Amino acid sequence: MTSLTAPRRTAAADTGSARTGRRPLSRKHREWIAAALFLAPDCIGLLIFVGIPMVLSIVLGFFQVSGFGSYTWIGLGNYRRMFSDPLFWSSLRITGIYVVVLVPLLFVISLGLGLLIKQKLPGIGVYRTALFMPYVISLVVVGLLGKFLLDDQVGAVNRAMEAVGLSGRSWLGDPSLALVSLIAVTTWVMMGYYMIIFLAGLQEIPQEYYEAAKLDGAGPWTTFRNVTWPLLRPTSFFVLLMSTVAAITGGLDLVYVLTQGGPANSTSLAIFYIYQQAFVFGEYGYAAAMGSFLVLIMVVLSAVIFALTRGGRFDDGE
Amino acid sequence: MASEATRLARRRRVSSRFWLTLLAAVVSLVSVFPVLYMFISSFKTRAQVTDGRLIPAQFTVQNFVYVFTEVPFVRYLVNSFAVSAVITVAALLFHSMAAYALARLRFPGREALFATIFSTLLITAPVVLIPLFLVVGQLGLLDSYAGLIIPAIFNAFGIFLLRQFYIGLPRELEEAAVIDGCGHWRVYWNIVLPTSRPVLAALAVFFFLANWNSFVWPLVATNNPDLTMVQVGISSFQSQYGANWNYVLAAATVAALPMLALFFAFQRQIVESIKTSGLK
Repeated sequence: MTSLTAPRRTAAADTGSARTGRRPLSRKHREWIAAALFLAPDCIGLLIFVGIPMVLSIVLGFFQVSGFGSYTWIGLGNYRRMFSDPLFWSSLRITGIYVVVLVPLLFVISLGLGLLIKQKLPGIGVYRTALFMPYVISLVVVGLLGKFLLDDQVGAVNRAMEAVGLSGRSWLGDPSLALVSLIAVTTWVMMGYYMIIFLAGLQEIPQEYYEAAKLDGAGPWTTFRNVTWPLLRPTSFFVLLMSTVAAITGGLDLVYVLTQGGPANSTSLAIFYIYQQAFVFGEYGYAAAMGSFLVLIMVVLSAVIFALTRGGRFDDGE
Repeated sequence: MASEATRLARRRRVSSRFWLTLLAAVVSLVSVFPVLYMFISSFKTRAQVTDGRLIPAQFTVQNFVYVFTEVPFVRYLVNSFAVSAVITVAALLFHSMAAYALARLRFPGREALFATIFSTLLITAPVVLIPLFLVVGQLGLLDSYAGLIIPAIFNAFGIFLLRQFYIGLPRELEEAAVIDGCGHWRVYWNIVLPTSRPVLAALAVFFFLANWNSFVWPLVATNNPDLTMVQVGISSFQSQYGANWNYVLAAATVAALPMLALFFAFQRQIVESIKTSGLK
């Protein structure tokens, strides 16, 4: 490899010295220009497709956007409408239930799975693959699959329940069950992802701690409480924060395919209601106002999690 | 007596290992069952697709033939493949360039710029969907390949991950090249890029997967049937063919298979990049 690069290096040295002869730029300034050029594509792209939309989403909330590109300033009009819109409040309540059930459920299941696949069991690689696999399948396919398996007439879940003598339920057609089904399907897809993150955290814990605990005669529960749990704090914090943010603003794909927000709006998460207002009814301004409100909730909740877990540091709290 | 105690302890350990293995096997089965069942059912006939059996009484590939002949499914697949591939290549190039500058070059405001880029990680895609749609509309990019591709290239995650990797690289090789008179571009292209091949491969798999599976943006950004991406395609196929589960599952299987293949081929890379994203 060295022999290959050596002649090229001399060639580069030649052009380099020739260039310094032509352009009397200092090395420092050349570095600045290079940095600007290296950073330009991503910075311009992030500005146009992330930065501006972020600012615009706040600004848009104060406008009525009608038809194609006509904006009318209406001040707090969208926000007044939002606070008196029962469907918005209902969608917030549904999002609340979704977050409060999904986040702890995902946390416990993926932590359990992480602990399980950390064990040196025969065929552990196969189990890890199997548990992670649903994550690589698109949410659209997952949604279709959920619809197929949970169908009240022909679905495999009801078939199985009938086979063992239980009566089938209308998993996606019953307003009191549809949200449960949505949460179950979401858990199934996402548990493998958080399991891997927990596994990474668990593998970071030095083995000596476990050996010391073993010498002290600590059982599995004591070891978990006194070694694993405190040392896993940063990972737990990360999972909690990520899954909360994902639960508040995510779920759009699955709701779209699985239930379209129904039955009787029982799975109409806030993000789905916002999507509908924008892309079905063309109420971009109103949707943007609700979106900003949702972001505000997300930021406040993230701050609360951060404060409660003290940013997931090891030292304090115990 | 002591040996009696150790034997007992060992037996307890063996039996707890047995139960843990059984538990792992059962949850793994629950996890893969829906996908396996989809795969099996896509080979069943219309009459049998909902019979609940694990092995098709009658094996048919007619569903796949139907999907490919009645719907422009090849077009959907080609669209998704091309769009995801272009996004992946462009994203890797731009992100590695930016990451190299942030990790290695000295210029005023570097830390502030990095903090700004990093903070955009907190902005989740669904939240900016509406303004992004309006911005892309203003640029005249709706209903075009450019509109599908360009907005999807830019995300801070790739920059962040690559920057971390570059900071960890030994500087000696680059410094030697600089002393030899190499410009920054040459150092980046001939030294930094080749040494970061493993992390680029992991990110490539990750980006391709995410874009192949993306649904909401292609759904709102395109109307032209020629631009239909595969996820939008199967979603509208399902709403059209409703109860013909044999066709719907065949279409879903076709859409999922490339990602499953990618997953089995690059499992380690995918898992590693997720682990890195979690550790920070």
